[in-house]
This record gives sequence, structure tokens and C-alpha cells, in this order.
Amino acid sequence: MGRVWKFGDNVNTDLITPGRYNLTTNPTELAKYCFCEVRPEFPKEVHLGDFVVGGVHFGSGSSRETAPLAIKASGIKAIIASSFARIFYRNAVNIGLPILIADTSVINDGDQLDVDLRSGVISIPESGIKIDAQGLPEFLLAIMDEGGIVAYLNKYKKFPNP
Amino acid sequence: MPRTKTLTEKIFSKKVGREVQAGEVVLAEVDWIMSHDTTTPLAIESFHQMQGARLHRDKVIIVFDHVVPAPNPNAALLHRKIFEFIEEQKIDHVHYAQGICHQILPELGYITPGSLVIGADSHTCTYGAFACFGTGMGATDIAVAWATGTNWFRVPGSVLVEISGSLPKFVYAKDLVLEVVSRIGTAGAIYQALEFTGETIPKLSISERMTIANLAIEMGGKAGLVPADQKTLDYLQPRAQKPMERLQADPKANYENYISVDANKMEPKVAVPHGLEQIRNVSEVAGIKLDQVFIGTCTNGRLEDLQVVHEVLRQRQVSKNVRVIITPASNEVYLEAIKQGYIETFIKSGCVVTNPGCGPCIGRHQGVLADGERCLSTMNRNFKGRMGSPNSEIYVASPAVAAASALTGKITSPQEVA
Ligand code: SF4
Repeated sequence: MGRVWKFGDNVNTDLITPGRYNLTTNPTELAKYCFCEVRPEFPKEVHLGDFVVGGVHFGSGSSRETAPLAIKASGIKAIIASSFARIFYRNAVNIGLPILIADTSVINDGDQLDVDLRSGVISIPESGIKIDAQGLPEFLLAIMDEGGIVAYLNKYKKFPNP
Repeated sequence: MPRTKTLTEKIFSKKVGREVQAGEVVLAEVDWIMSHDTTTPLAIESFHQMQGARLHRDKVIIVFDHVVPAPNPNAALLHRKIFEFIEEQKIDHVHYAQGICHQILPELGYITPGSLVIGADSHTCTYGAFACFGTGMGATDIAVAWATGTNWFRVPGSVLVEISGSLPKFVYAKDLVLEVVSRIGTAGAIYQALEFTGETIPKLSISERMTIANLAIEMGGKAGLVPADQKTLDYLQPRAQKPMERLQADPKANYENYISVDANKMEPKVAVPHGLEQIRNVSEVAGIKLDQVFIGTCTNGRLEDLQVVHEVLRQRQVSKNVRVIITPASNEVYLEAIKQGYIETFIKSGCVVTNPGCGPCIGRHQGVLADGERCLSTMNRNFKGRMGSPNSEIYVASPAVAAASALTGKITSPQEVA
């Protein structure tokens, strides 16, 4: 179980890791300012195993991989959104940060969630609501299972079969 | 009979060496792998984690453009790291402070129609102006391509954007593409490629095509493609490092979505804070007071843009109430602007002219906004906090609106000061 940090539509990467704090590659440093623009309390109050939940086009804007890196370093277990910007989506898979596409309209800030990353079933035990997330395609699942593309390539020396 | 293909499907079919369709995931060799001073450091880290990886150095381009020269020790340290990597890996295609990556790659002849270019920058879609499939990726994807010369792609479905009519006076390519954004929204083309067509497109200059392709990502697009015609070849021929051909979609290809825009009916546009889909006609927001005007970026920092600004500012003074910052997109643009007398106009009229690069576009140097300040910029996004304080505001418009607003210190239609 983890707490939900709910965000709206079009959360862009400038809001996740703003340009002025983006001059480092250190994930712990980046996590200190994660979401500081929209939820200044996030870096202090986030717990290991919490979830980030967004609306449409999560992670839009710049290609900065510092954004998913900061979220991962904050201890977030998975990001659930109704759609993702494609660069962010790739970046998250590449660094092994689980992402799920699902109807997030019934998930509220502060809800406690149970998420089965394998089956994609999201449940809110308090209200008994269950949501089926769209799983990752096989190709990406293979990468995610190894913890990211670098680990995958190190192990198999080639890309998964498309 | 082979099935008819979109421009996207054509490019990928050629790259993969067989007929591919939208929706397929393919492994493809890339022509160039671009990264810049803020995205390269992470790519280096990912690359170092790859066991026994050898860099495909003939494909690697590294551009220093985002924070050049380094404004603080942190940026300097990141630059240092990249310099060391360049030396260690003997990378040849390195461009320090020569201009914005998306401007100099075409200028220096790296970009050709039908090529596949990835860049660690979201506006890599700008190369679509030359029918090159340019798309942005993150640092790890770049590292993977450095090590393998390839990457995986889902061949995107395409949205056909048909543009007809001629741009009225005071209306520019920027206004046209802002209109497209307002029609389909900032999430309107997620996982898709935008393909621009229609009677207006052949009439647009290379610079205008680049402005349009540049904003594809602001609609979530993976690429923004313009067919390669004689104009494209004429621009690239003296620069290009490879032979080239015209390239366009087949007639009656399969599109996932279609929109049409009539240029004749347009007015100058302004995107208001904090999202590019919040688009107004300039008349609706005229009079809003500004603290800064910024003219430049990969969207609108080219010679034609500076010419428009020069025409408005010539023999006049910008308002004492605004700081006006002008950043040419590249050294080539800068030198030509000096020759044409534009730079003299800017300096005499009271503007600050900076060295080519991204300038204040990402809020790290050369014109960072304070709490409560308001800036009108020719850039491509007006995200909250993008240019500095999260409590500042960014309005996005064409160079003509920016120049007119510089004269008055308020959002102003170019018509008002003509
Ligand atoms: S000018 Fe702005 S949008 Fe263009 S590459 Fe530089 S930072 Fe990005």
C-alpha cells in the first residue's frame, strides 16, 4: 500500500525538475526539488512506496531524463496516468520506473493504493474500487523486468524482439 | 501494388529496408545522435554503465548551446565532464557556442530528407522541416544509440494538417502553428507524427517551415514533417554531406486524424500563461504590461525573424519599462544580421544582444525572471517557471508582436506601430 500524490493534466517536466535546479545528474540532489513548483511539500513528505497519479499527457515538454530520475529517487513505486508524453514514457521504461496507463479520474490525492504491477490491477481498498490498467507491451515489459534498458542490454547484448 | 504510405512510413520503410506500417515496433539504424550540454552528462553516465560499449563516434554530435558560456560552477562542472568525455572518446562533431542545436544541425549540413535523427532534446522535431524524421529522446536512449548505432521506434500514425491560403500582413508561421495547437490541443498528437501539407506549405520559407515543425512536440507529436521540395534541396545542397532527393507522402495515404487551417482568416496570436493551448488573438490581450521581451530560440531566432524585428525597431527606441533581449539562433544568423545592419538597429534601439544559444529560454541565465514578472517571448513553451521564478508569467508570440511590444512595454499588435 502506498499513498497517492495526485496531479492534474499536462504535468510537464519543467514542473517535475525545474531548469534552475536541473544542473546536476545526482538523483538524490534532483529528488530534493522534485515537484517543488506544484507541490512544495512533496520532497519532504513523500514515502518509499508512494504513487504519483496524473491525468492526460503526464511528463510533457522537455526530454530531460532528470524528471523520471527524480521521481524514482523519491521512492515512488509507480506512476499512473491516463496518458503519458512519449519521451517521458520511454525514459521511465529505460530507467526501470514502472508506469501504468489507466483511467485515473476516480483516484484522489491521499488515497491509499494497492497496485499489482504484473497484472495492472489498481485497487483502492477503502472504497473497494478496482481499476484495470493497460499493461506495457511485451517488448517494454521485457526491458522493465530487467530494471531498465542498460541492464537489459548488458544481460542479453541485444534489444528484445519487437 | 505496395500500399500508399505516409511520409513517416516512407522514411521508416527506407531505414528498415522493408515495408513498414504505422503501429509496428522496429529497430532502426539512426543517421545522427545529437545531445547538448544539459542532456549529455546523464547520457555519459548511462553509457558508462553499459559493459564493453563502444561509441559509434561517426554518428555522435555534441552541441553546447543551453548554458554557454557556463554561468555558474555547477554548469561549468557539467561542461567539464562533457569535454573530458569528448577527449576520451575522440568525438569530432562538437560545436561549442556556435548556436542552438536545432539551428546549426541543418545549417552545417547534417540534416537531409529521409534521414532518421534522434536528439536528447524535445525540439529535435524541428528537422522535420526538411522531411527528416527527427525525434527527441532521453539521455539513456541516447546512450543506447551511442553504443549500438540503433534504437527502437514505434512507427507512429500520422495526423494530416492541411494549410491553405496566404498569410495576411502581420501574420507569420508562428501564428499559423499556434492556431494548429489551439485546434488540437497540447496533447492532441501524442504518439503521432504531424504531417504538414496543403497549398501554403510550398510557399513557406525554410525558416518558416522550421518554426512550424519546431512546435510539433507542443502537441505531443513525435515528429512534425514537411515534404522536401526544390526549396529544401536548394537550401541543403551547398551544405549537405550526403546526396538528397525530394520526398513526400503518397497520395491517399492512411491518416489517423485530419485538420485543415485557412491562413487567410488569421490574426496575430498570443499564448497566455501557463499553457500553449491558451491562445488568444493579440487584440484580446493588448495592453498587458510587460517587464521583459525575449526574441530568439529554435522557434524564432533566425535571420527572417530578426529582419522583422529590425523593420519594427529601426530608428526607434524600445520602452524604458522593458528589458529587451535578442539572441540570434546561430553564428551564421548572427554574422548575417551584423552584415544587414540588424544588430546595429537592436543595440541603438536599446536592446541587449546576447551570444547565440538558447539564451533565457530555460531560465538559467541571461534574463531570468523575478517573482511576479511578465515576459513576452518568441519561444515555443510558456510553462510555469520555465524562465525563472515559478511566480512569473510567459506570453508566447511571433517576433512581430514581440518587437511591437518592445516599443510600448505592453502587449501590442504589430499593426498598431506600423
Ligand atoms: S532554444 Fe529553448 S526550446 Fe530551443 S533547444 Fe534551446 S532551450 Fe530548447
